[in-house]
Amino acid sequence: MLELRNITKRFGAVLANDKVNIVVKPGTIHAIVGENGAGKSTAMRIAYGFYKADEGEILVDGKVHDIGTPHDAIAVGIGMVHQHFMLVDTMTVAENIVLGAEPGSGIALDFAKADVEIRRLSEEFKLAVNPHAVIEHLSVGQQQRVELLKALYRHARLLILDEPTAVLTPQEVEEFFSILRRMREQGKTVVIITHKLTEVLAISDEVTVMRDGRVVGRLQTKATNAAELARLMVGREVLLRVEKTPAKTGNAELSVRNLSVTDRGGANSVKDVSFEVRKGEILGIAGVEGNGQTELMEALAGLLSPSQLSGEIRVEDRDITREGARLRRELGIAHIPEDRHRRGLLLEFDLAENSILGVHYRHPIVAYAGTFLDNGAIRRRAVEIIEGFDVRPANPDLPARALSGGNQQKLIIGREFKVDPKLLLVSQPTRGVDIGAIEFIHRKLVGLRDSGCAVLLVSAELEEVTSLSDRLLIIHEGRIVGEVDPRVATIAEIGLLMTRGH
Amino acid sequence: MTEIFSIALIWSTIRLSTPLILAALGGMFSERSGVINIALEGMMLAGAFAAASVTHAVGNPFVGVLAGMAAGLVIALIHAVACINYKADQVVTGTAINILMIGMPAFLSGAFFLSSGSTPQIPKENLIALTPMAIAFVLILITLATWYALYKTPFGLRLRSVGENPEAADAAGVRVARMRYVGVLLSGVLAGVAGAYISIGQSSLFTRNMTSGRGFIALAALIFGKWRPVQTMLACLLFGLTEAVTIQMQGVVKLPSGEDIPVQFIHMVPYLLTIIVLAGFIGSSRPPKAIGIPYQKER
Repeated sequence: MLELRNITKRFGAVLANDKVNIVVKPGTIHAIVGENGAGKSTAMRIAYGFYKADEGEILVDGKVHDIGTPHDAIAVGIGMVHQHFMLVDTMTVAENIVLGAEPGSGIALDFAKADVEIRRLSEEFKLAVNPHAVIEHLSVGQQQRVELLKALYRHARLLILDEPTAVLTPQEVEEFFSILRRMREQGKTVVIITHKLTEVLAISDEVTVMRDGRVVGRLQTKATNAAELARLMVGREVLLRVEKTPAKTGNAELSVRNLSVTDRGGANSVKDVSFEVRKGEILGIAGVEGNGQTELMEALAGLLSPSQLSGEIRVEDRDITREGARLRRELGIAHIPEDRHRRGLLLEFDLAENSILGVHYRHPIVAYAGTFLDNGAIRRRAVEIIEGFDVRPANPDLPARALSGGNQQKLIIGREFKVDPKLLLVSQPTRGVDIGAIEFIHRKLVGLRDSGCAVLLVSAELEEVTSLSDRLLIIHEGRIVGEVDPRVATIAEIGLLMTRGH
Repeated sequence: MTEIFSIALIWSTIRLSTPLILAALGGMFSERSGVINIALEGMMLAGAFAAASVTHAVGNPFVGVLAGMAAGLVIALIHAVACINYKADQVVTGTAINILMIGMPAFLSGAFFLSSGSTPQIPKENLIALTPMAIAFVLILITLATWYALYKTPFGLRLRSVGENPEAADAAGVRVARMRYVGVLLSGVLAGVAGAYISIGQSSLFTRNMTSGRGFIALAALIFGKWRPVQTMLACLLFGLTEAVTIQMQGVVKLPSGEDIPVQFIHMVPYLLTIIVLAGFIGSSRPPKAIGIPYQKER
């Protein structure tokens, strides 16, 4: 169906694809796996005409095609669903689906005809969605269905899906997989880009493994396993499970009582939440993204206005509900934010400057009677963090922008660990981070907990929260709806709490 | 007070709103495609000057209006090339165009008419006689046409998508740069007509900087009207009404001491209203999401 032959693509000095050969057989589900930056998305974006390859050719149904724009790709029957949905939030489902391929004449858009066609496709592939709903009011799962419909509406025979399950709940993933199987039955071909090995094994027929811009393995799914795939992806043996000893917990470090957060819009994103985090334990919070986790963490880190908060936040015995971020940091609270670009780093600043954020006004960073930054001290701190957390490239003068997501994350984690926190607030610690680095970050988090720090962990990765946490709370629509023991609870059980709320 | 609120006020409101509506609807095409058009003022000045000069030279006001449209188009083309091809900052480019268009007519009128910024008076028989009814009719027609184009045609769907999320539009096979070009050029044409109306509709010659900020008021109306055609037209009518009232107020409304209010103060009213409206309503008005951001494909 689709064949990439000797595709090479450079972005500046970076070789993103190096003579990549991928063969996708018709009527199969083909997985492309690899770490971030391995070149999987680049290769598929080339197939979809989003990028132009420097060398190599694309074959569709055995014939060479010059695919320079998405327009060309659509014309030969290739559709793509991107990791970040390509939908116009303020428009309706129908408008998004027909955009660029509108029915009717040039002067009048025939929405009636579009409706009929959309309903027919939703029936055929069991993709229920209301054509008149506005995108921003839909859940991510529904938005994904719109993306699939968009491709099907354009008569795509081959669908490329870039990390399609990253935003779904466990139940939604199951449903999504049955949709993919239905598509295969109807004769469609599916390419799924992912780095989740369990999913590869669950859904695909064949696998192509990429590393550092090259294809390093072509396998039949039936004939492989997670350990082999991980080894191919990373290039060495990887420990897939978190190893930890039982927690030795002390007194409560953080206690939250009846905390509610009011948004700018006046709605409550966190509703009457109470819990404690004890010294020496990792308390996990699981939930579908957008259920108040972000606001809860920002409230605890002191990033919201006190007027938005009601209830009480205490650290040890001090009420800090109305205190700002600086005082909270001085009390030993460290924060690893979910969005490292927005909250975690100044991308244009170099690593040395980024490594002192939060302590930039204190001794020993500020010397000479509190007036000047001490460059020597800054560099020493930066080098300690870079070496201690294996940040690469190990050059404190590089701008943070130049690092990969995983290395940016290691820098932030190193910086926050460096202040010897009593309480660590950490959100999505391994989002967009490679398997090798995930293993490293997990080990560091467990190490910090073993040294007596209280850790509050929010993650959208269920496997991550269940394997790291000593206790696990489930959040749904801003409320804590249950606590489970992560050692015994099943993924299905937790998933049900996450979506239903009870 | 009855002297102010009369049927004449309605006609006057329509007359004064006309250039605002034309320019604001033009601005809508540009901004809905994602390109900020602060250059409306400059495009109007270009249209006003070209219309007056050509009407004077040819003797035919219809040719003059066409010339106004063409002038607006040329200025819009400069804006489009800078903002879309060269990804220049749209506010800076627009400001540069506005400044250029204050000087350019003055320079050209010096060359053509040996004057310092004005064109010669055009005789009455060479102007289009416009009745308020006819104008009102045309305005409603243009507003409805804009609404239809924006919401009921493939063109409008693509234009809006490009202004909201150009990546999504691109992925759906819409040519982003082309749509933005069309949006900006349309704004130039409409602003050109607006300018022509000011010089050869409301007046009979071009005078230096004669739009006096109406391009910006049109922009304010566009924001106040939430980038929607009918609301924007209504916002323009509000600004037009304010201007009409201030004209009628001159010499009529007096201070308690019996003296006239200085005319300069009365002239401030429409601009003050603009500031108040923008300060008060801008929060509730949601601009196209990708406005002001050049579209870059490979990152």
